[in-house]
Amino acid sequence: MSTQKQPLGQQVLKVRSKNAGPFWVTIDIFCGTSEAYASVLPRLHTSDVARLYATPEQLVKRFDIPDLHVIKFSIPRPVVQGSAADRDMHGAQWAHLLDEMAV
Amino acid sequence: MPTRVLVPSGVLGLGFDRTALARGVAMRPDIIAIDGGSTDSGPFSLGAGQSKYARAATKSEWRDLMLARAEAGVPLVIGTAGTCGADATVDWMFDITAELARELGQTLRVARLYSSQTADTVTRALGEGRIIPLTPAPEISPETLASMTNIVALAGAEQIQAAIDTGAEIIIAGRTTDTATIAALPLARGDHAGAAWHGAKIAECGALCSTNPTSGVIVVDFDDSGFTVEAMHETALCTPHSVSAHMLYENTDPFILYEPGGHLDVTRARYTALDARRVRVEGSEWVAGRYTVKLEGARIAGYQTTIMAILRGAHYAAHARDWVAKLATFLTDTISRRMGLAPDSYSLDFRLIGVDGALGPLENRTGHPVEVGVLGIVTAPTQGIAAEIGKLINPFVLHYPLTEDEELPTFAFPYSPATTDRGALYEFALNHVMDLSDPMQAFRLTVTEVGA
Repeated sequence: MSTQKQPLGQQVLKVRSKNAGPFWVTIDIFCGTSEAYASVLPRLHTSDVARLYATPEQLVKRFDIPDLHVIKFSIPRPVVQGSAADRDMHGAQWAHLLDEMAV
Repeated sequence: MPTRVLVPSGVLGLGFDRTALARGVAMRPDIIAIDGGSTDSGPFSLGAGQSKYARAATKSEWRDLMLARAEAGVPLVIGTAGTCGADATVDWMFDITAELARELGQTLRVARLYSSQTADTVTRALGEGRIIPLTPAPEISPETLASMTNIVALAGAEQIQAAIDTGAEIIIAGRTTDTATIAALPLARGDHAGAAWHGAKIAECGALCSTNPTSGVIVVDFDDSGFTVEAMHETALCTPHSVSAHMLYENTDPFILYEPGGHLDVTRARYTALDARRVRVEGSEWVAGRYTVKLEGARIAGYQTTIMAILRGAHYAAHARDWVAKLATFLTDTISRRMGLAPDSYSLDFRLIGVDGALGPLENRTGHPVEVGVLGIVTAPTQGIAAEIGKLINPFVLHYPLTEDEELPTFAFPYSPATTDRGALYEFALNHVMDLSDPMQAFRLTVTEVGA
């Protein structure tokens, strides 16, 4: 088995993100198969995701959902949706950071 | 008693398949329920009390649904009318309904459920300890509440049931939870409470829970042990995966959903394919709790003027960050000298499109963009000040050189004038719930006859 790190997006079906109300963004990783899920699960660390989004780890909610082959993260928005400093009204671009993260 | 709910789409204004709607009507639903809004597009709708969708799109789709209602002979209910569900948008939707009733020759009783809250009501509740912050919640005080242009409370099933009980043919509800209009009738008829809320959550985005999300139309059958969901478009299939995966969508927690009066827990839900099109769900649980309603509020956070320039020269595109940092420092000083404005009395924010426009400080990639868009956003206490700052910075955004020893550059402005006054910037200012002793305590119901 290769130990070379690869972007997460190349190992799973889809990574998407979206606001969950004005104060949260939620990121869903659809692994696609139970094999991909089992492979990604132990290598995807909540601490890395927290660092990627510059969020304290204790504020990151994580859900591992084997039935759907999904790993889900919810993160409080650093700026509230639509406030002057917001850059992405729907939070949908956040997914790309995780999609590109080497895992 | 089994209850069949027809959901034409995830939101009025986004469209649905007409053939699928006809198929749904032919299945003899007990009620037609559609959502009219969300906070998805940001605080403007609630702040300004306006629908984000065009009146023409809303009217054309509502016309189809009013005809479907007449054919089915059952109530038609819209929740969160006019995107934000403020009283003003409920009345906007009512006007469209009255206009259509006349055009279609229908005589109708229309119930309006109002969800707007006055600052006084919420301030009193705050004093009585009935306002509970969620995480993360903005600080609130009587002053901040008074500064909000609109405050709404999210109605649940009880308020929709009260509207249904008036016998109205059409119910135009202000802000409700996404699920309340769908769950109300099954709950009133004694169907399984966990199933009522869970099925409503699955159906609230229309066919998004199927393999053909844009087809819109969904039918949900509720009974005393669970629910069955089917998409009405021929190519839209509900599968255990498509249905269960929908609990992830726009939810921070895919298993728990808070509603007025309790919460839904789907941890033990079982999803079974009845055939290629339909999914049966059982095992969802409703856990009763305090009767609280969520509050949403928006207020003006300033007024904005924007300016846009494009850097196409390779040297400037490569050094856009350095350029904009120098420019911002220079402009802050210029604004201070010429307008006497301290830097903390306004904000001037430059976004580099092509560098880190969407993600800002979180961006971790670098590249070699062909050109860089520079979007300057001025936020100030009045539109006059914002516009004046825009005019003051305009020539420098056009001509500012990267180094002092080079010829004066001229960047691309895409239009004239280069500045655009955007009007008020609204911000969401509440993430709280309000405790009620009676579900109707914070809501008002009126019934009006309209039409021929």
